[in-house]
Amino acid sequence: MELLQLVIGGLANGCIYGLVALGFVLIYKASEGVNFAQGDMMMLGAFIALGLGNSEQAGLPFGLAVIIAIVLMFGIGWGVERVVVRRIFGQPQFALVILTIALGFVFRFVAGSIWGYTPLVLETPFAGMNLRGGGIVISVSDLVTIAVTVVLTLALWAFFAFTKIGLAAQAASQNQMAAYIVGVPVMRINSLIWGLSGAVATVAGVLYATRGAIDPNIGLLGLKAFAAAVIGGLGSLPGALLGGLIIGVVEPVAGRYAPGELAKMSPYIIMLLVLVTRPGGLFAQIQMKKV
Amino acid sequence: MSLLQVKDLAIHFGGVKAVDGVSFAVEPGEVFAIIGPNGAGKSTIFNLISRIYEPTRGTIHFDGKDITGLKAHDIARLGIARTFQNIELFDHSTVLANLLMGRHTHSTTNFVQNMLFMPKVRQAERAHRKRVEEVIAFLELEAYRKKMIAGLPYGVRKVVEIGRALAIGPKLILLDEPASGLSVEESQDVAFWIEDMRRDMGLTVLMVEHDMSLVTQVSDRVLAVANGRPLAMGTAHEVQADPQVQAAYLGTPGEEAA
Amino acid sequence: MRVVFKKSYDPDIDLHEHGWSRGKIVVLLGIMILLPFFVGEYYLAEAANTLIWALAGMGLMIAVGHTGQVSLGHAAFLAIGAYTDAALMNVGMPFWVALPAAGIVAGVFGAVIAIPAVRMSGIYLAIATLAVFVIVEELVILLEPITGGVGGIMAPTITFFGISFDRYGELENFYWLTLGIVALVTWGYANLMRSPTGRSFLAVRDSEVSARALGINVTRTKSLAFGLSSGVTGLAGALMGHYIGFFNYELFSIFISINLLLVVTIGGLGFIQGAFLGAILITGMPQVIAILRDNLNASTGIDIGSIPGLDTMLFSVILILFIIFEPTGLYGRWLKIRTWFEIFPLARRDMFRRQKSYLKTERMK
Repeated sequence: MELLQLVIGGLANGCIYGLVALGFVLIYKASEGVNFAQGDMMMLGAFIALGLGNSEQAGLPFGLAVIIAIVLMFGIGWGVERVVVRRIFGQPQFALVILTIALGFVFRFVAGSIWGYTPLVLETPFAGMNLRGGGIVISVSDLVTIAVTVVLTLALWAFFAFTKIGLAAQAASQNQMAAYIVGVPVMRINSLIWGLSGAVATVAGVLYATRGAIDPNIGLLGLKAFAAAVIGGLGSLPGALLGGLIIGVVEPVAGRYAPGELAKMSPYIIMLLVLVTRPGGLFAQIQMKKV
Repeated sequence: MSLLQVKDLAIHFGGVKAVDGVSFAVEPGEVFAIIGPNGAGKSTIFNLISRIYEPTRGTIHFDGKDITGLKAHDIARLGIARTFQNIELFDHSTVLANLLMGRHTHSTTNFVQNMLFMPKVRQAERAHRKRVEEVIAFLELEAYRKKMIAGLPYGVRKVVEIGRALAIGPKLILLDEPASGLSVEESQDVAFWIEDMRRDMGLTVLMVEHDMSLVTQVSDRVLAVANGRPLAMGTAHEVQADPQVQAAYLGTPGEEAA
Repeated sequence: MRVVFKKSYDPDIDLHEHGWSRGKIVVLLGIMILLPFFVGEYYLAEAANTLIWALAGMGLMIAVGHTGQVSLGHAAFLAIGAYTDAALMNVGMPFWVALPAAGIVAGVFGAVIAIPAVRMSGIYLAIATLAVFVIVEELVILLEPITGGVGGIMAPTITFFGISFDRYGELENFYWLTLGIVALVTWGYANLMRSPTGRSFLAVRDSEVSARALGINVTRTKSLAFGLSSGVTGLAGALMGHYIGFFNYELFSIFISINLLLVVTIGGLGFIQGAFLGAILITGMPQVIAILRDNLNASTGIDIGSIPGLDTMLFSVILILFIIFEPTGLYGRWLKIRTWFEIFPLARRDMFRRQKSYLKTERMK
């Protein structure tokens, strides 16, 4: 029973890792680089929702606050691509890595300046509600997290599989030059993808905030989500989600049955094991360079 | 004895038979050309010989030694040098540094000696430089010695890559489309150099080339491949006259109808 | 433009092509040696700190700038160096044993983890180093008997031949010791880069496939480079430990790794000089900010000191600006300025224009 309880909580946690990991994958597909600010975008999204929704701040209804936050973060993601990322197009991959690390610090600074560094709690309609049954307690926020993740994943999948823009984005991610030549607006699609990953990050951030207090440093969760994305293979959306779930479940279980430091290390140990055995992740997409 | 002997070489990528049962032998001092339409598997044969790809079946012998099991970085030491179809130079180094990198297999000092720059390192550097200067003189690259690769015109880069291969001091040189993208004058230069490599340096040349005038001018024997399979072998004229080869290049009337 | 007439290959093999640039280094070194006689305690300590950062930066430069292996976890090697050195000295080893041991332990550790890591390309290596960093951080806490765990560890005073090199008691001596080590490493690094080993690093950085075709064992080369890189960083870690005096795992946070990346990127990737310029910037910036802050506070009454995280934020903005506008870093910018003066008035505006290139993909279908 105890194990099952741990697993359910872990799954909900894993969904959040998975969502942040989805953001990594989206951007990896678009810009072929890693957005190390993804965790901080999640943090910023959560804070915007909090700033709009909490009663002592702007005091908007919860649903409206979340939607505005998503739209705003979409705009921020879009803007980051337009203003910053586009300028380093064609530079080595690691330029983007360093650039986004720096961006992350900027986001953290902005959030810290506005909302301070003491943890704040997001007010939600379902705070503190629990379902009981068969000796297991499930919080409603866990259920909401899992449900929202499932819906969002399906929506993203449908977007890439069926819509014209989604298909164009897929084409651009496979071969930018070729996509550009056949008339796909590669640059606009990249902006769109960055916007999209900002929106996904916000959803992840709000879900995270329903489960506990937030402060500007929660963006460091991005590192774990990043391990999740790598476990799945950076280019694969289902892989990212799976990676997130694996880490989400392993962490509390390891924390229960192993020393604390080992539990903290567990996501990275799994990641290293995957990288050593399958250098491209579980759903590898990288192939050898052609000469 | 043949310098390079390829027997029943094949490589399959998934279901695609990129090379399927190719055999040929290159004699010492020969200029041997492989021709074929795009996607025929010519560059793949090169990549198999230089051990970048693992063959599905078949063997490669060089100088009487089976090299099929060797690693890619063991090949240069045996005396096989190569160039690449799309130029793989070290862009952020000078021409001179690129050519010196070709001397890697001849360096005998370890990194500790190098770090202390012991007298023997200096001596070795002088010797490498002397050898590289010979290549520079041969390919007339004097004007570009201290220029960065990134800023050089395409034609010069192509030549630098040949120079880097020559700096290895090979017995066999593999040229992957040495004349592609070059002007008529430049490819004429390449033709003369290939002649000189064979005559003055005693090199054996194996090349992949589309430019039939170059192939006809320099090669002793030609192997035509299509769809990973050998079609015909002989002199340039014989191969060009082969009906199968003509069909592979131009398509057969039957195929067009289908 | 200076024209050097050469009668042998030696000027090209030498570290400096002509006496003038050799003279500049001698003058610079002279100034550095005499520095304790000109500046006070505070600035001398800062100079020592800058040298230590430059040393760590050179370590990372070998990996990032010269072999193209991005490491996001180099703080781990600083930590390994610092703890090895302090732990060995705490059991009675002299400094001249402990310091090289710190470098060797960090170097061997780096080389060993690089062997599986080199199978991974670009971004994946960076990720693996990040994971290694987190694991090392936790290990430091776990290995309490050696590392002092969360509590921390004391770096003993350095003494040999009866002379004290204590960072607080005999700052001049500590400074000269640091300068000596940095000068020695710089010399070895520069030597390496003009030798076949250095060329093989560059070859691996620019094109692995042709490096292989030239007979370069890519795995061994990358592993050697990463090992040297982490070894030098380990030396810097040991010195950093002595500089701080008492430290725990928090000294080597992920921010240190990122600051190190900052040093090499802003300084100028692929240039040894870049590590020094970057180190000057990163250790000098907080001073400048502090001075500005005091002035601003005194003149307008605005207290920007009350905003936490402002330093990091300014660093980040500078970094972003550099990556966008001057990816070759401070040293690259300096080279351009120098060229402009050398060929004056022939420089044209477009001479240094960067070539626009399409995304160089590493995914091949």
